[in-house]
Amino acid sequence: MTTPLVEMKDICISFGGVHAVDHVSVDLYPGEVVGLLGHNGAGKSTLIKILSGAYKADSGEILIDGKPVTINSPRDARAENIETIYQTLALADNLDAASNLFLGRELTSAMGFVDDDAMEAETRKIMGKLNPNFKKFNAPVKALSGGQRQSVAIARAVYFNARILIMDEPTAALGVHETQMVAELIQELKKQGLGIFLISHDIHDVFQLCDRVAVMKNGQLVGSAKTTDVTDDDVLGMIILGKCPEGATPGPGALNDDTVLG
Amino acid sequence: MSDDALSGSKAPTARNFFSALQLDTRLLGMIGAFVVLCLVFNVFTDGRFLTPRNVFNLTIQTVSVAIMATGMVFIIVTRHIDLSVGSLLATVAAVMAVAQTDFLPNALGLELGHPMLWILSIVAGMVVGVIIGAFQGWMVGYLGIPAFIVTLGGLLVWRNAAWFITDGQTIGPLDETFTKIGGIGGTLGETWSWIFGVLAVAAAFALQFMSRKRKSSHGFPIKPLWAELTISGLIAASILGFVATLNAYDIPAARLKRIFAAAGETMPEGLTMGYGIPYSVLLLIAVAVAMTIVAQRTRLGRYIFATGGNPDAAELSGINTRFLTVKVFALMGGLCALAGAVAAARLGFSTNDIGTLDELRVIAAAVIGGTALSGGVGTIYGAILGALIMQSLQSGMAMVGVDAPLQNIVVGIVLVFAVFVDILYRKRTGD
Repeated sequence: MTTPLVEMKDICISFGGVHAVDHVSVDLYPGEVVGLLGHNGAGKSTLIKILSGAYKADSGEILIDGKPVTINSPRDARAENIETIYQTLALADNLDAASNLFLGRELTSAMGFVDDDAMEAETRKIMGKLNPNFKKFNAPVKALSGGQRQSVAIARAVYFNARILIMDEPTAALGVHETQMVAELIQELKKQGLGIFLISHDIHDVFQLCDRVAVMKNGQLVGSAKTTDVTDDDVLGMIILGKCPEGATPGPGALNDDTVLG
Repeated sequence: MSDDALSGSKAPTARNFFSALQLDTRLLGMIGAFVVLCLVFNVFTDGRFLTPRNVFNLTIQTVSVAIMATGMVFIIVTRHIDLSVGSLLATVAAVMAVAQTDFLPNALGLELGHPMLWILSIVAGMVVGVIIGAFQGWMVGYLGIPAFIVTLGGLLVWRNAAWFITDGQTIGPLDETFTKIGGIGGTLGETWSWIFGVLAVAAAFALQFMSRKRKSSHGFPIKPLWAELTISGLIAASILGFVATLNAYDIPAARLKRIFAAAGETMPEGLTMGYGIPYSVLLLIAVAVAMTIVAQRTRLGRYIFATGGNPDAAELSGINTRFLTVKVFALMGGLCALAGAVAAARLGFSTNDIGTLDELRVIAAAVIGGTALSGGVGTIYGAILGALIMQSLQSGMAMVGVDAPLQNIVVGIVLVFAVFVDILYRKRTGD
């Protein structure tokens, strides 16, 4: 097989004695969507925040294209072409769409001043592709609907030629139509060869969009499987019981059959 | 001008006259309140409030607080507060006063009246101000001590540090050139004031024209030309009206005679000369322009507002919010030094109580000017207008003859009421 785009090996992080992520290893190939599943507090968001630079792992290794990298800050992650759409969207509500899209990476004029008009022009271009109904370019993003805010967050992630995209509950706040739009976007980005980590609670979404799933429970990896090899119920069993079905590769968090049988 | 470039809603079609002008309604409201205030005081003082003399005094009295208020906007926008500005001003004023009357003449052997005296003492004041500000910012940003506490401590520390620098004495008289920045002692004169006014009008027109050109080159909707011209006309009228008013305040004949005598000439009979724009007001204008550019056209300004709007998002976007806090407080310290120079120069001395309660005036000016304590929202011009409203209220009441305790009661009520109106406005507009 080819080299994985991302390999996170043996990642650990704890907060005040709680092992939020406990020896977890996951990988992601180009053009692949991997769903990260688990209960609230299972450690999915924490794991992903280590990749996006928001947290620093206590131990473990991150490899990109097979080469070890150090990610200490969101800036480092962006330098590796890792872009993240956070569940909270991470938008500055008081700024307009263009300012948010380019936040931390402003376009500047020859004199070094922020070039709002150029950024607005670029924003109009990308929004024209992503969400043609988007018109409020000069309003602060808090005046936008949930779907419009989401499209600003998505535009920010895809504008800068991401190779690795992390989506944390991208459709949680969206209506049916907008969810469909995100699904189409994911297919499109896959074709372009991006690797996508998708965190979701919606099993239906996961089976529709993902090539593989990785399930976490209590900070540990229960196992991972191709979506073609397992059923909805198998995955639910992994999430709720931590039971690894046949066809899945068990991880350290998988329930040992012996203990079940007693 | 450049504000419209950012905040205008750029609607392609005009429903009516006012929506075509795309004015900032909040700015209009503040200007309206200010105009009403001036007219009311003018009636109650039998027309003494809006005389050139009083307008002149009002502007020079406002400068010191207004300069600090521009920095306070950034502090409050990033969700902090600075209670130490009045005390910091005292420390810095003490440094500048001691530098020019004692340290520089004695240690470096500069004669009194040497031009390096005032330059070096202002530089020394700025350096001290920036260092103290940065230190407070470091405690807030890196040590995580709330700004309220750090600067409450600073309020006590710097007020009394100033006492130690001067041994509790009033230091002065200050260097003659230095005192020119205080107000009445240093003005442009009529001719240069007109030249400045015309240049300012030209700059305003040029900025508006360039912004329009840039927008149309990107194919964005632009305002109708007549709307643009109406705004330009209003701006030009206010700039030139302001210059005319300051020029109309005549230098008293006795003083004029002294000026001519000093130059070794005799004053022609019947000659009158206006004061024109004070240097301190020029300094305030320069600060206002620079701070507006920082707020709207630089990454620093963008990050200040982003951090105020959503600190987590700013952090996740790779903005170093801790260092940003240091920068914002350092900037505030530098502005305190400028304000301290103006305040000490206006008095001609550095006194122990200089800048007392200024922290409250500065915060009130920023807040009346529309800066939200919840962060992320505020404008430089609003803070300056806020400072002007506060000063007008105070000196207007003094002219009417309101008792001092009642003056403070009214100012307190106005502050709370202004913020309440602002909250109502925000709810109405969803801003």
